[in-house]
Amino acid sequence: MDSYAFIGAISVLAACLCMGIGSIGSAIGEGNAAASALQAMAQQPDEANRIRSTMFVSLAMIETSALYALLIAFLTLYANPFWNYAINQ
Amino acid sequence: MLRIDFSHWFDVPLQGRELALQNYDAIRLIEWGNKYINVTIFNSWLIILLIVGGAWLATRHLSVNKQASRWQIALEALVLWLQKEANETSGSRTNQYLGMAMGLFCFILTANLLTFLPWFRPPTASLSTTMALAAVVFLAIPYFSIRNAGIKGYLKKFIDPIPLMLPMNIFSEFFSVLAMGLRLFGNMLSGVMFASILSAFVPFVAPLVMQTLGLLTGSIQAYIFALLAVVYSSSVKEEIVPQEIT
Repeated sequence: MDSYAFIGAISVLAACLCMGIGSIGSAIGEGNAAASALQAMAQQPDEANRIRSTMFVSLAMIETSALYALLIAFLTLYANPFWNYAINQ
Repeated sequence: MLRIDFSHWFDVPLQGRELALQNYDAIRLIEWGNKYINVTIFNSWLIILLIVGGAWLATRHLSVNKQASRWQIALEALVLWLQKEANETSGSRTNQYLGMAMGLFCFILTANLLTFLPWFRPPTASLSTTMALAAVVFLAIPYFSIRNAGIKGYLKKFIDPIPLMLPMNIFSEFFSVLAMGLRLFGNMLSGVMFASILSAFVPFVAPLVMQTLGLLTGSIQAYIFALLAVVYSSSVKEEIVPQEIT
């Protein structure tokens, strides 16, 4: 296997693994946050607006780690620095 | 030598490869020597024109009696809603942040909602735009902190629990703002890319659902960006004010 095929195969595999493993944590975290917020909203319907805005902000915070994984997956697929290295060889 | 080429502006981005990271800013519409204006800048200007023109039209005939126009009532409702949200999230005296938050909110919301045009490339799906917006917030944090708590109160934030935490606090100061830009970029880019990849496979009904979901995500992202800007800017004030009272 020459270096082009190797880099391409490893890049695709790495992007898939990165996205799959990287989103587990934030998925569980977002599920917990949403479940707790729904429970709190059911217990105190008067405070629902406040809870909802806080929930959106915290969901965005939790989502960040999955988005880092997504960025790295995009980088390995579309802006892989090792491609240029292999081409220049 | 002026060269104007708008042929790529109307390209419907169907292929995932065409939306690759490095190509997104590389579509040059107007070239003048070695200076150029790419799609991101041009679309940002379009959005700014849209917002400024809309605000100018809506605030031409302001009135306080019952003859207020529908546009004025709509804008007042928007401002009051954002004021209420900011007050609920970060305590009192949030009016000083409202200009910044409203500007960020309107720009990002317009950019994200215009993605329902199939050929429109939202400038928020380009890393340079979102990082510029995050840089605004990065400069706004020390500005509002020093204005509210003095330079001593601002510097006190960095040695907050113990002086040993100084490097971590500086680190988190950078990364909280960096994460804002990356979050907006990642959300918009994934939405645009997912829609384009899906429309290459299933061109008819399925992209419609994803576009609708994208509109919802875009609105939530605009809301979150504006609200996080308020939260970060008011982070110092809340810690200092109770100490002054006691």
